[in-house]
Amino acid sequence: MAAIIDIKGITKTFGDFRALDGVDLQVAEGEIVVIIGPSGSGKSTLIRCINQLEEHDGGTITVDGHAVQKGADLTAIRTELGMVFQSFNLFPHLSVLRNVALAPVRVRGLSWADAEARARKLLERVGLKDHIEKYPAQLSGGQQQRVGIARALAMEPKVLLFDEPTSALDPEMVGEVLDVIQQLAKTGVTMMVVTHEMGFARKAANRVVFMDAGRIVEQGPPDTLFDAPRDERLRNFLNAVLSH
Amino acid sequence: MSFFDAFLNWDVFVQTLPLLVSGLTITISLGLCAIILGLAGGLLLALLRLYGPAPLRQIAIAYIDIFRAIPLLVLLVVIYYALPFAGLRLTPFTSATMALSFVSAAYSAEIFRAGIEGVPKGQFEAARALGLSAYRRMSDIILPQAVKLVIPPITSNSINVFKDTALASVVAMPDLLKQATQAQALSANPTPLISAALIYIALLLPLVRLVGIFERRLAAKGR
Repeated sequence: MAAIIDIKGITKTFGDFRALDGVDLQVAEGEIVVIIGPSGSGKSTLIRCINQLEEHDGGTITVDGHAVQKGADLTAIRTELGMVFQSFNLFPHLSVLRNVALAPVRVRGLSWADAEARARKLLERVGLKDHIEKYPAQLSGGQQQRVGIARALAMEPKVLLFDEPTSALDPEMVGEVLDVIQQLAKTGVTMMVVTHEMGFARKAANRVVFMDAGRIVEQGPPDTLFDAPRDERLRNFLNAVLSH
Repeated sequence: MSFFDAFLNWDVFVQTLPLLVSGLTITISLGLCAIILGLAGGLLLALLRLYGPAPLRQIAIAYIDIFRAIPLLVLLVVIYYALPFAGLRLTPFTSATMALSFVSAAYSAEIFRAGIEGVPKGQFEAARALGLSAYRRMSDIILPQAVKLVIPPITSNSINVFKDTALASVVAMPDLLKQATQAQALSANPTPLISAALIYIALLLPLVRLVGIFERRLAAKGR
């Protein structure tokens, strides 16, 4: 199957720090790829380069056949990529409903009525039917992140990018967000998930990618990667995160 | 002559009231024009300074610096008394509106810039990630939040602009202060001046209070 995301040899430096050091990664349509690795390994930078929240220095990125580069039509690319952020980044001055309906109106050109109908459906799907008229500050972290997921879904993107979606949550709210993401995974949408939740990675992923120092060190099906890690760095990482 | 006869003379007050009211109308129109134009210009300058192409950005910075450095009274006198020599003869009202709004725009620009920069980075990123155009990112996401942040300093600045309208009396503008001085001369009594001072205070005191309330509300939200 053709890769919907095709990353070839991308590099990115922040000052003297080499965040990405030649990363190749192909993601097939419908695939769930979970990216793990120690902090500073380049996982977040990698997915932030795909929708150009960070500009990569070298290499090429292709999303559904469109080259992602300076001067490209980023709007066309970004509408195909839904992003869910670690810190939610909901719009605090807009109601939950408006948060979800805004981009379909402004970018896809839907009417407010159609966009709000779509938003209601999505909010119901993530279990927030009773909260649509509230403002983000009135919701718990877990609820806010589910709004964030609904907002990304409202654009009907081909790929969903999750940047540590549960890292800012209180522990008791991690489950409700992971449940939603796992349900999405079953719908056949392509997903790239940066996370520290190894249990989720094992259950939901088709493929787990381990990054360290700006490179992909090892990748494979979750069972192989977690049960028979070959690289020493991956073994150390798994020991560190799974030992307690 | 008693204190009341001298400073709070009722007959003089009633006699000169029409003059004061005509001055007040001009002061209010001048204040509103200058405040609105200053805010619009300030927002434009802030956006140019932050996001404009390099040459425009430099021009915006130069403008903001120069118009914060020049004394308002000097600018007003230059516009009204010097420009005619360049063939540009402006009415007192136009001159005063220009001077006030030019300077106010420079201060407002810095306030708006601080507001835009005060919006969390994640808001810009979420707006970009959704594919919103640069215009929509500003109009729908960033500016509504930035403006809310700067309501106290913007109100404060507007109060200053309103107070500075009194400088227009220097260019023969029949504003509240000018009319009060006139009335004092006519009636040989300072009551009109006292009345004018009280009118300024009555107009602006509630706004000054409001700034305090806005600031406390914002501080409470920040916690």
